[in-house]
Amino acid sequence: MESSAKPKVGFFSFTGCEGCQLVVLSMAEKLLKLVGAVEVVNFREASSYKGEDYEIAVVEGSVSSVHEIEELKEIRKKAKILIAFGACAHIGGVNTIRNFDNQFEIKKEVYKDKASHFDSILAQPIDAVVKVDYYVRGCPPSRDGEEFLETVTALLAGKKPFVPNYPVCVECKMKGNVCVFQKEKPIACLGPVTRAGCGALCPSFGNSCIGCRGLVDDPNLNAHEETLKEVGLTTEEILKFYRFMNGMMEVGK
Amino acid sequence: MSRDISVNVHHVARVEGHGNIIIDVRNGELKKVELQIVESPRFFEAMLKGRRYAEAPQITARICGICAVGHTTSSLRAIEDALGIEPSEQTVLLRKVALEAEILQSHVLHYYFLVAPDFFDVPSVIPLAATQPEVVKRALRLKRLADDIIGMVAGRHPHPIAMVVNGFTRIPTEAELKELLARIKQALAEDIPPTLELFASLNFPKFERKTDYVALKHPKEYAFYDGIIFSTETGEVRHRDYKNKVREEIVLHSTAKHAKGPFKPYQVGALARFNINSEKLMPKAKEAARQLNLVAPCYNPYYITVAQVVESVHNLENMVFLIEELLRRGLKEENQGLAGWQSDLPKVEKRWGVGAVEVPRGILFHEYRIHETSVVWANCVIPTAQNLANIEDDMRALVPTILDKPKEEITKLLEMLVRAYDPCISCSVHMLKVDFV
Repeated sequence: MESSAKPKVGFFSFTGCEGCQLVVLSMAEKLLKLVGAVEVVNFREASSYKGEDYEIAVVEGSVSSVHEIEELKEIRKKAKILIAFGACAHIGGVNTIRNFDNQFEIKKEVYKDKASHFDSILAQPIDAVVKVDYYVRGCPPSRDGEEFLETVTALLAGKKPFVPNYPVCVECKMKGNVCVFQKEKPIACLGPVTRAGCGALCPSFGNSCIGCRGLVDDPNLNAHEETLKEVGLTTEEILKFYRFMNGMMEVGK
Repeated sequence: MSRDISVNVHHVARVEGHGNIIIDVRNGELKKVELQIVESPRFFEAMLKGRRYAEAPQITARICGICAVGHTTSSLRAIEDALGIEPSEQTVLLRKVALEAEILQSHVLHYYFLVAPDFFDVPSVIPLAATQPEVVKRALRLKRLADDIIGMVAGRHPHPIAMVVNGFTRIPTEAELKELLARIKQALAEDIPPTLELFASLNFPKFERKTDYVALKHPKEYAFYDGIIFSTETGEVRHRDYKNKVREEIVLHSTAKHAKGPFKPYQVGALARFNINSEKLMPKAKEAARQLNLVAPCYNPYYITVAQVVESVHNLENMVFLIEELLRRGLKEENQGLAGWQSDLPKVEKRWGVGAVEVPRGILFHEYRIHETSVVWANCVIPTAQNLANIEDDMRALVPTILDKPKEEITKLLEMLVRAYDPCISCSVHMLKVDFV
């Protein structure tokens, strides 16, 4: 990337809660520093200015309608670098829960006889449609957006961002947390198979990991299944737990 | 006056989610007014079916990145209503802190980041960082404070971690609460006076249309967490009877269903709450309302923003009260509550419950039917869905009065009107399952 001009960044949102963009807005002073290094040309949630030229596209949300596929392809054509931002864009996230129900029935239930008027397809991560260069993980993006800043800073410097390939349990142990499986009333946890990088935030607040950063490269699914069964989960429940965020069951992404 | 005007704002900016404004005027006559919602449908109620009931707060938090605590709270209230659980006073106090902090962060985001650029004639808050650095820094400081309060009480913002059925999986320490208390007091002393000065100096468009205002009402407090549903036109409705007041309709130009009362559209949100509950505001918030010339009842929807400024003062004052109360009682480790993936989740027989909570944009309903450990049916009625029909009525009343203005000004006034309601479009397309009443 040329160092003379500030690289232009566009933020785009597809199906999701727009919480990822909100995390960017919450980064306060750090955000202002980033604004010094790049030029934000498209950020509809915060700005009515719509720039059409950008080198870096930051995309949040999953793809869940035909018109979104078209828009996403347009963005890919214009952007040199495309970042999937947050769990919905990265792994499909919470939107994929509905993928395991009968889509026709869902639509009919909502819109009755008007169902055919509304455009909706299975929810997918954005790399099901376009090539993605970098992923920023988490629901919402981890460590109050720090990981996002690290990713952008690394790619501006031409470096590869660091992506841990060990589970959340490693960070949880380092923090000295009581394992949520060991609580008086145990809580089932996806920490053993989920990619670290969040600082084990959920277990640090006494709750369990829900797998929002996706699975590590080589998760030991069989051992994890045994552990979950030991705290009373049925096979059906285990599938549902994985399908909170990881409905697509993509390993090592 | 016999003009043809066609306004088509594709993807209104500085609102949360994707929406279009369509106005068609032929020969000076208004032919068409639509606020089109083009966000993709999200089907949250369908997703809840068959999920563990204790997981519903974690799932529904993800309806909205701005009011995740609000959805969590309404979801918790619905589950506890269904299960007959009375959470401890400490749990309720902590939840109220998190909820008021979220209303503060959402209001600050809206009035400083999304509305203020209209008055400085800039497209966003970013150019303001160069010309009005102290304004932007103050806005960021208030937002950071609100985020940090939610972070300490609930784990992070958005998508709270520690707030679970009947308790918290972790409670803040006294030291953390004392630190927050000092920062809240500092914000009240240093950041609120210039905020009030700024918003008192802005000229909001003059437009009045009386409508039905609906909000929670409580005998002892400015209601957010608890209360009876109150309508300025039709009076009180118990929370479990909310369907006597609220009905969702499918409209073809919107993937968000329109919710309206049995008789006519109504308004929810900061101005509705202010119109109903203004005597219950804390003293500094009352003083702020006087300074901003906001008097109940106020029928100007552009003043929703002003009501948000007043409410944010109340949020800070009330958080001081709530945190001092928590410190006075001393924080106690209670039971850890029921986390989403708790082992041995208690089984129940065919229960039903409703949660009604005020969130930044108005009253939010979650209704669940629960059997054994699962949600078997769910309905969520989002504030923006309740406001959509009312916004269209406002536009219908406003457009004929501004037809003599240039098209750019008409467009700006309409965008500002939509923005005043602070619509949360991602939320309102949650949709599934309408009951046709």
